[in-house]
Amino acid sequence: MTPNIFEQIRNIASDLFSIPVERITAETSPENVEAWDSTQHLNLVLALEEKYDFQLSPEEMEKMRNIGEVVKVVENKIQAVKN
Amino acid sequence: MIPEEKLLDLRKEINEFIAANAPEKASLRMAELWRRQRDSATAAFVVSRYEHLRSKLALIPYRLAIIRSFTVEPAVPLLRAAAYVSGIDLAVHVGDFNAYPQEILDEDSSLYKFSPNVVILGVRTADIAPDLWQEYSDLTPEAAQQAIQRVSNNFQQWIRAFRQRSQAALIVHLLEQPMQPNAGLLDAQSETSQSSAIRQINEAIRRVASEHRGIYVLDYDALVARHGRISWKDERKWLIARMPIAANQLIHLSDEWSRFLMPLTGKVVKALVVDLDNTLWGGVIGEDGMNGIKLGPEYPGAAFQALQRAMLDLTRRGILVAICSKNNPDDAMEALNNHPGMLLRPNHFAAMRINWNDKVQNLREIAAELNIGIDSLAFMDDNPVECEQVRAALPEVTVIELPEDPLQFAVTLRECPVFERLTLSAEDQQRTTLYVEQRERSQAEQTFQSKEDFYRYLEQEAVIAPVTPASLARISQLTQKTNQFNLTTKRYTEQQISELASSPDHEVFSIRVRDRFGDHGLVGVAITRDSAEAYEIDTFLLSCRVIGRTVETALLSYLGERASARGKQQLAGWFVPTKKNAPAKEFYSQHGFQLESENGNGLRWELDLKQHPIARPEWIKLNVMNGENG
Repeated sequence: MTPNIFEQIRNIASDLFSIPVERITAETSPENVEAWDSTQHLNLVLALEEKYDFQLSPEEMEKMRNIGEVVKVVENKIQAVKN
Repeated sequence: MIPEEKLLDLRKEINEFIAANAPEKASLRMAELWRRQRDSATAAFVVSRYEHLRSKLALIPYRLAIIRSFTVEPAVPLLRAAAYVSGIDLAVHVGDFNAYPQEILDEDSSLYKFSPNVVILGVRTADIAPDLWQEYSDLTPEAAQQAIQRVSNNFQQWIRAFRQRSQAALIVHLLEQPMQPNAGLLDAQSETSQSSAIRQINEAIRRVASEHRGIYVLDYDALVARHGRISWKDERKWLIARMPIAANQLIHLSDEWSRFLMPLTGKVVKALVVDLDNTLWGGVIGEDGMNGIKLGPEYPGAAFQALQRAMLDLTRRGILVAICSKNNPDDAMEALNNHPGMLLRPNHFAAMRINWNDKVQNLREIAAELNIGIDSLAFMDDNPVECEQVRAALPEVTVIELPEDPLQFAVTLRECPVFERLTLSAEDQQRTTLYVEQRERSQAEQTFQSKEDFYRYLEQEAVIAPVTPASLARISQLTQKTNQFNLTTKRYTEQQISELASSPDHEVFSIRVRDRFGDHGLVGVAITRDSAEAYEIDTFLLSCRVIGRTVETALLSYLGERASARGKQQLAGWFVPTKKNAPAKEFYSQHGFQLESENGNGLRWELDLKQHPIARPEWIKLNVMNGENG
């Protein structure tokens, strides 16, 4: 995981789910964060698209089951855009 | 670009101010954060922090409902964050997906239960007119006409039903055009094209809206076009989440909605105060001189002319412009009077402070001279330091910090939502003239020995008339905007005024005033109600530009006559104190009223008309119009 991107995504998740950034780890997921419902999942997708200026596919949205997975999806996407 | 650390630090500071119970400071930082970073994550942060602060700040509560045929939910936090930093505590209700027709037609729907102040109706062309959108090539001209009729009738029916069931304002999204019309290039060549069909529906909606009070249209197609149709659209999100708008465009939809909120909630600016050097012209007049400053039809002077043009447009909307500049007055006036590139001249400015004093002090003086509150001022400057000083010392002033590129100046000004208006009165359009005449009056006043001599010299004429369809908008506007000489500060929509006017125990009057210097227009309102013993004054207000010339006595004396005509011996009214209406505090006692009672809201005053009739001021020529010919 790129530390920089992990940090950025933790900050976004902290804003969206209203929880302190220290409590957000790679394992943070809808199972352990009440605020992470389907509406917030869409908001997370939109926040990532705003931040990184790409559009996520339904398959990529599916994969984002915890913060660690979100970071992977974003890293792959940034890599793909570069190539 | 703002470094990420700075934005994280701002968040930390905000959390600390909230923890330290410093809501105003937290709120100021939140406004700064929102200025620098306007995205979904920041919106969520701002909204969640304001949830902690809302009870501790003086915010305007406002209720907005959105009824729609597409997913708008992700735009709601953006809108609420923008509202919060503008001082509006916005409660939002989003109607069920595609349920808008039932919600409008059913009086018991969740829409009306929410009791909104304003409702947005947002429908996609593809949803309401799938035949016109998808299958236009298959339609005969007759079938296309029928479809246009059908959709126009739908909107007409909804708007009428809404107006019968609710007093809320309604904002209707006009229909969007397809990215690629069915006929390609032929579309533009034909009178019966797909785009013309959609235009006809939009024209029909606009017509119905103008026939009702408080119904406004939002030109959705123009909004999309402004931001680029190709980047606006996100087909994939539409298919998976019924969200047709790309993530980074949602802020523009939210901004467009906010523009309506400002005039609806009265968060409007009445005067724009501007700097001169590097704002109205390029360069510094004191150093570069008349021939050196950049101002004219060519680059780079054209950027400054464009800004002046935008300011002229604002004056036509009733917004005053004023100057606050650190300069030698002679240098600046030379440019203002004689530079061939100037579109604005001294007679466009309602006030001028060209000196070396502190801008904060100058702004206070300008507000006092124009007789408006500090919170009715906007301040525009190219210098970030001046902007920051004004923000810190006068947080209620709207600060417009100009970007580095002068070509962006005019755009920045025109984008500012505090200058939006939803209706315009005749007074608005000539306000600058009124203020320039006012300056002449003040100069005249100083040359008279006694007040009475001055009143006689003014040759005031006043016309009192019951409300008419033509005066309704202005009367409502005065109840919404008048803060200083306003005894009860009750705000009424046009709809409510029209209901009061048709109620048998209420009367609604307006007063127009002119004098030797010019016409003030419609400047005062009185609303009365009959009770068992008394003629009760519900509302009594005057625009500040005629206060202190005994016009208020003339209007009050007329109310005394009305009371007697309606068989009442008592004239009664409340004074409800607010932060701003101290000028009206002594009004009743000065006219012989007795203080009858006092409660948490205000003071009740009564006058026995038999013992204390109110004399008409002899120096005002008073005309009273009857209902029909008013």
